[in-house]
Amino acid sequence: MLEYAPAPESRSVVQIAPSYGLFIDGDFTPGKDVFKTINPASEEVLSEVALGSPEDVDRAVAAARRAFETWSARPGSERAKYLFRIARIIQERSRELAVLESLDNGKPIKESRDVDLPLVAAHFFYYAGWADKLPYAGFGPSPRPLGVAGQVIPWNFPLLMLAWKIAPALAAGNTVVLKPAETTPLSALFFADICRQAELPPGVVNIVTGAGDTGRYLVEHPDVDKVAFTGSTEVGRQIARSVAGTGKRLTLELGGKAANIVFDDAPIDQAVEGIVNGIFFNQGHVCCAGSRLLVQESIAEQLLASLKRRMSTLRVGDPLDKNTDVGAINSAAQLARITELSEIGTEEGAERWSPECSLPDRGFWFAPTIFTGVTQAHRIAREEIFGPVLSVLTFRTPDEAIEKANNTPYGLSAGIWSEKGSRILAVADKLRAGVVWANTFNKFDPTSPFGGYKESGYGREGGRHGLEAYLA
Amino acid sequence: MSDLRSLLHGLPGVDKVGVEARAAALGTRSVKTTAKAQAIDLAIRMVDLTTLEGADTPGKVRALSAKALRPDPADPTCPPVGAVCVYPAMVPVAFDVLKGSGVHLASVATAFPSGQAPLDVKLADTRDAVAGGADEIDMVISRGAFLAGDYTKVFDEIVAVKEACGPAHLKVILETGELATYDNVRRASWLAMLAGADFIKTSTGKVPIAATLPVTLVMLEAVRDYRAQTGRQVGVKPAGGIRTTKDAIKYLVLINETVGDDWLSPDWFRFGASSLLNDLLMQRTKLTTGHYAGPDYFTLD
Repeated sequence: MLEYAPAPESRSVVQIAPSYGLFIDGDFTPGKDVFKTINPASEEVLSEVALGSPEDVDRAVAAARRAFETWSARPGSERAKYLFRIARIIQERSRELAVLESLDNGKPIKESRDVDLPLVAAHFFYYAGWADKLPYAGFGPSPRPLGVAGQVIPWNFPLLMLAWKIAPALAAGNTVVLKPAETTPLSALFFADICRQAELPPGVVNIVTGAGDTGRYLVEHPDVDKVAFTGSTEVGRQIARSVAGTGKRLTLELGGKAANIVFDDAPIDQAVEGIVNGIFFNQGHVCCAGSRLLVQESIAEQLLASLKRRMSTLRVGDPLDKNTDVGAINSAAQLARITELSEIGTEEGAERWSPECSLPDRGFWFAPTIFTGVTQAHRIAREEIFGPVLSVLTFRTPDEAIEKANNTPYGLSAGIWSEKGSRILAVADKLRAGVVWANTFNKFDPTSPFGGYKESGYGREGGRHGLEAYLA
Repeated sequence: MSDLRSLLHGLPGVDKVGVEARAAALGTRSVKTTAKAQAIDLAIRMVDLTTLEGADTPGKVRALSAKALRPDPADPTCPPVGAVCVYPAMVPVAFDVLKGSGVHLASVATAFPSGQAPLDVKLADTRDAVAGGADEIDMVISRGAFLAGDYTKVFDEIVAVKEACGPAHLKVILETGELATYDNVRRASWLAMLAGADFIKTSTGKVPIAATLPVTLVMLEAVRDYRAQTGRQVGVKPAGGIRTTKDAIKYLVLINETVGDDWLSPDWFRFGASSLLNDLLMQRTKLTTGHYAGPDYFTLD
């Protein structure tokens, strides 16, 4: 047996301050109240951050409003220079940011290093390129920015979601107030430092940390012109309600319960990789995760045997170890939800299986899990679990696969596995999902629009389409 | 044999993008300290130390064989390699040095590297090598016949060579660089195994594209699935282009996470290589002494 020795990435590449204030108008200012952010893999406190109050949000929005006048008046080529500069600094500091992201979020370093950070830089590079070409984006000859954008992002890809929100907003000439998630505020605060390093004019980017209430003040603030939210469908609904009738523009990127459909002519070994990547990537904390496996009945047994064998090689543990495949669950609350829904799965009669794996004593952990014998009537087939839990369903014909795949209130993503090109195109055409992957899963690119159907939200992020949300 | 054809074409397809991504992902595994030391010694034991040149002489082959027995004269704890691999004409020379040592003697036969010779010539080539003392035969398949869809011809040749091998182990070289697609690699792997191969091997080292991680991954999946179906275990040998310890370790990771322990042994996995050995020795010395020794501290045969 070839046992890999521990290969921890060095923590010393990142210096976390004992406390952080709010980044408003180009400076860090202390908040009245504070809260702690912890490393979910050890429950160790990483830092104390400010809990943004309504007054703090007022100051941040006012700063963004003041900065908007000059920022939006700059030629696109000038705004592009700042974005290019930010992108380059992100690349230069990518190792530091990757370690930070793994510490605060719990995701394995190989993902923050090889997926998150390269994509973050790519998003800034991509939208930097658009800044001086907006008249050619297809939204009229002289599209204008909206004003101040209030942006609220989730904890699953903290820095990447920040990039998805801030890069197009700034390229289009808007200024922003961004609230990072309560459990993962640190990379946004490091990004604030990058803005200063890039000499971005004060007020163009403001970071207000806090909890749900802080986010609510921000999206309900009367001087915010545009609200962008990524997170749960439940909160998305509240935001849509509060924004209704105000004239604010709104984009929502919400939950998902994606079907990953494997036909009997699929490339089996790669499909198994795709299933694993679809549900265990980032501990399943992915809104577009392939959390429902729909497998053709004729190959179900063989495929599940391969999947179980493959799952047995997953390495769960220290997120900073370079060989870790599955890291820590982001918070105690999320772990409780995953645990609860899994127990419901068992109670409802689905068969639960996890590979043998020892989990660390401290921190929040959940073994990679699959449920077989799941039907559309099971709650684990309908509700978003947002964890490393896969529900396996079977189908007999392509029509049945499509019907089951679409039979969900969500519609963010889907996957199709088949060696037959005509089938892939025909099925993709009928899936009601914003993204359909063929013979791959969880592939992202700044040039490709991303967003949902139905209760997965509206509006698109990424690509030329992503600019529309920030232009009038 | 239309059965053979439908069997080979009924194997699941291989998605090129997916298999290359998987191989690249496994290539990022970090194998350090104790794990690296263990991997290096295992890799040394898996080397088929090879010389296949027109310029090979008895002197060269004797030197290479001596090195196979004692790769690092300065360090008696260094294990011997798995085998020496030479042309049939050089088999008796190598045999003199290796006999009784436990280091295997492999010989390429069957009109290596092109395979473009009549069957009786190939069989005579094989019998000669075995008679000279080779206990492993590396044969090439007729890629021409394979690409023309004449699977029966390829199958029958392998069966005939296997018979000519007698007790010697048969490694079947697919020359994956000429088969071009991963689907072909999977089919050729199954074809060779069904015909009786003890090992399947990627390449001759004589065409521009030799062993790659994704090709080896496809072959490992094939031996895994073949054993699951038939109960018979077949070995895998990537050959050509593997030059560094870093590369070799990536292959070991591939075995570890695709087929597991059962193949992590020189009985079931070999590296066809020549310059790889010195890099393994250099890294081994670095691990034990803490510093790199210059190339002149390692023998050049």
